[in-house]
Order: sequence, then C-alpha cells, then structure tokens
Amino acid sequence: MREVAIIGAGLTKFGELWDKSIRDIFVEAALSAIKDAGVDHVDSIIVGNMSGGLFVEQEHIGALMADYLGQNPVPAYRVESACASGGVALMQGLREIASGLSDIVLVGGVEKMTDAEDITFALATAADQEYEVYHGITFPGFYAMIANAHMKRYGTTRKQMAMVAVKNHKNGSLNPYAQFQSEITLDTVLNSTLVADPLRLMDCSPVTDGAAALVLCSGDIARKHKNSSVKIIGSSMTTDTLALHLREDVTSLKSVNLSAKKAYKMAEITPEEVSVAEVHDCFTIAEIVIMEELGFVEKGKGGKFIEDGYTALEGKIPVNTSGGLKAKGHPVGATGVAQAVEIFFQLTGRAGKRQIKNAKIGLTQNMGGSGASSVVHIFKPY
Amino acid sequence: MSIPKYWREIPQRYRLEALKCKKCGKIFFPPRLICSNCKTQEFENIRLKEEGKIVTYTIIRVPPKQFNGQAPYPVAIVELDDGVRIMGQITDANPEEIEIGKKVRVVFRKIQEQGHAGIINYGYKFILK
Ligand SMILES: [Zn+2]
Repeated sequence: MREVAIIGAGLTKFGELWDKSIRDIFVEAALSAIKDAGVDHVDSIIVGNMSGGLFVEQEHIGALMADYLGQNPVPAYRVESACASGGVALMQGLREIASGLSDIVLVGGVEKMTDAEDITFALATAADQEYEVYHGITFPGFYAMIANAHMKRYGTTRKQMAMVAVKNHKNGSLNPYAQFQSEITLDTVLNSTLVADPLRLMDCSPVTDGAAALVLCSGDIARKHKNSSVKIIGSSMTTDTLALHLREDVTSLKSVNLSAKKAYKMAEITPEEVSVAEVHDCFTIAEIVIMEELGFVEKGKGGKFIEDGYTALEGKIPVNTSGGLKAKGHPVGATGVAQAVEIFFQLTGRAGKRQIKNAKIGLTQNMGGSGASSVVHIFKPY
Repeated sequence: MSIPKYWREIPQRYRLEALKCKKCGKIFFPPRLICSNCKTQEFENIRLKEEGKIVTYTIIRVPPKQFNGQAPYPVAIVELDDGVRIMGQITDANPEEIEIGKKVRVVFRKIQEQGHAGIINYGYKFILK
C-alpha cells in the first residue's frame, strides 16, 4: 500500500447559509483546499453527502460539483453512509491513492440542510424505516435511549452530559468557522427544552449548512510539501445493525470500538498515544460513550472522564477542539471531512487560538445513524 | 407510505411473525433470507412471545411530522421473553411509571395516519403489566 498524505484543507463557515447553494459551498471549500495544497490538477473527486436528494432535491452530486469546480472530465462521485459519509469519502480517497489508481484526490464533504422541507424526516432515513421510525422514534430519541441505559448501568449523570456541551461550546468560541462561537453555562444546558428525555435541546447538535475539503496525495508528492503535510497512518470502517434494538448492549457503540481497534492496529499505536481527537458528538451522550469505545477510558467511566477535565483544551487528550458537531455544527455529509480538516490544522500548527501544544498524533471518529457505521482515521505529521 | 409497502409488513406488525434458524436457533424479527449467525437459509415460522421487559426508553417531546399532536409519548426497546428485542411505543401509562426493567405486554394499536384521507397504520405497542 502506498503512503497517503493530506497536503491541503479548506472549509466554509458553518451555519445557516441562506444566501448560498450546495454547489456554492462545495466549490468554496474545494477551491480553498486546492489553493492551500498548491496543486494544479486533481485526478479524482470524491464527495461525502448524506442526502442531496432529500435536503435539496439534487442527486448526481459528484458530476455537478466537478462541473462547478471547473474539473470536468475527471471522475467524480458521491459516497454515502448517513452522517459518516464524509469519513467514508476520506477512506475512499485514501484507497484510491494507496492502490496507485490516483495520485492526487480531492475529498470533499457537503450538506445543505436548511433548504429541506422536512429535516427530521431526511435524517430519520438513516434509521430502520419499518421497525424504528414507523413507531415514532427520532434521532434524539435513539441517543436518549442510550443515555437512559448508560445512566442506569454506570451512574452517568445529567450534569456530566451537559459538561460535554459546555466544553465544546468553549472550543467553538475559539473557532472562526464554527456555527456557535459563544460559551454557554451548565445551567443553560440543564434548563433547555426537553427534546427526548433525558436529552435537552442543548445536548443536540444543530442543523447546519457547510462544506469541507481535503487534498490527498501520495507520500512522494507530499514529501515535496515539507512545510505542512500530514500522513494518514490508520483508516478503518466497521458496521453494525441499523436498528438500535437489535444490538446486545445499548450502552455501547460496538462499531466505534471495532473501527478504533482496526485503526490503532494499522497505525501501530495505542489509544494513550493519541494527542488530539475529533469525535462524533451528535448528542452529548455520544461523546461520553465514544471516549469509552476509543479506549481513552474504561467502559462506564466516560462521564467521569469529561467531569475530570481530561478532554478539555488544556486536558490530557483534548477532544473536539473545533467545537465538535455540537458547536462547530453538523452538516451531516461534511462532518467527517471537517473533522480531518481540524486535525490537519492541529498537526500543522494552524489551529489559531485553539492550538494544542506538541500535538503528535491525531484521530477522527465519524459515525452513521445510531452507530450502524463508524469510520476512524489516525494522522501524524511528517 | 405506499400501500404495498405497508401491506408487506402486516404479518410482522399485526401478528409478530418471525423466523427461527433451523440450525442455530436464532430468531429473526423481521424475517430475513440468511441467518447472520450461522449463514443458514433454512428457517421455521414462529410468533414472538407477547410479554417482556423494558431494556431502555425515552419520552419523545418533539415528534416526527406524522406523530404531531401525539407527543409526548414514550418509546421503548423491549426484550420479549424469547430474547428478541423490538422497538415500540408504551401506551396507556404515565411517563413517571416507566422504568428500565419493568414488565410489559404487547397490545395491538393504531400507530399513525397517512394524512386526512390516507391509510391508517396499525401495529404493536406495549402496556405496563
Ligand atoms: Zn443460524
């Protein structure tokens, strides 16, 4: 397998971008990544997008984006794995280069959510339509079920969940790309409207428009970019049952655990070696469970881990320095790529006010649905 | 929801019809063509047990569009006495009474309506025992 590296990254501002279309935001992020990489062409374009069809009534996203980016006739296609679409796009880009079929690949992620007529419906298509959604469940509802079970078995508290939101908003306040750039208090989270007990509005990631892009290339090309490139040393994806009720343990996210183990093995590292991580905090409880599944802390201690400050910006292993899905925003198909953009910035010393000192190894974890798919990547600077 | 799509699921929604793997005994609800455990494709038809206990639950306060007017309502994952887990609403209960581990029984109820003139969808819900 050939070595694969990231040599450029770009993002749009995340938020409610009423004046911009899906093609506008994709091209904006892509142009900024291409400029950052300093390349004059790409061999292939891969776009992570959950549901152009339901959000903006547009499919055939790959060819459309290649056209508006002025890149016809290069191959361009969309990949989909619900909210893990961006992570899968990155994995697919890596596979193209590792195999030798492409030398330079543009990996993008995009979602334009605010145009949708029924956002809840579009998101719910990531769950089992016949045996879950039919009964009136929603995505906050799935994670609320996980939260209730986790609280009952491990004593995880409402306050610990709220701390995830407070931390991520604090980080978001330092990120000029974030949808929410203001700090919040524990009371704000704990007194916000109940959405699905025990989860409240401020436990949930928002509806977001946004795009992110990366330029990937082979190790040979990257080594010429000595100033700022990052190697991808681990890449893996695993799947689980689509339906939450078909899993043996509703307090776990097994796919996260398995995808992490595979990625650690490929990267030849242990969880203790990770210096900074961007993880899929679609709901506050998700970040707590993910800490356990990534092996950062033992099973059942995820709540205590956030409470003790391990994952804060100045903690032992800063998590979601970008603000995470909670504060940076969650344009579903773009999220997995945006996570890698943040790690690229952290590992190349470009993360501004939220820069971690001595970041040596970065990790991203991107999840689809209630955990039916999970993608993990591990990065290291040259 | 198209009428054929609804009609196809009636054996499961109305009668909890499932398949049991002839080789390893694992039960599949809804039915599938191949056993995910031992890869056998031979099954016997069975019906799920109608009693079980709550594995976890939530109270939906912000519902999907077709459940407007019904919220708040509880939704639970229930493990039936044959070990199979299914998801459904808990009906005729105060949210305060619902707890993980409590016993429930399956009942047949209206689930949702497809607008004013569309079909009415039925299926299983749970009541506390
Ligand atoms: Zn079997």
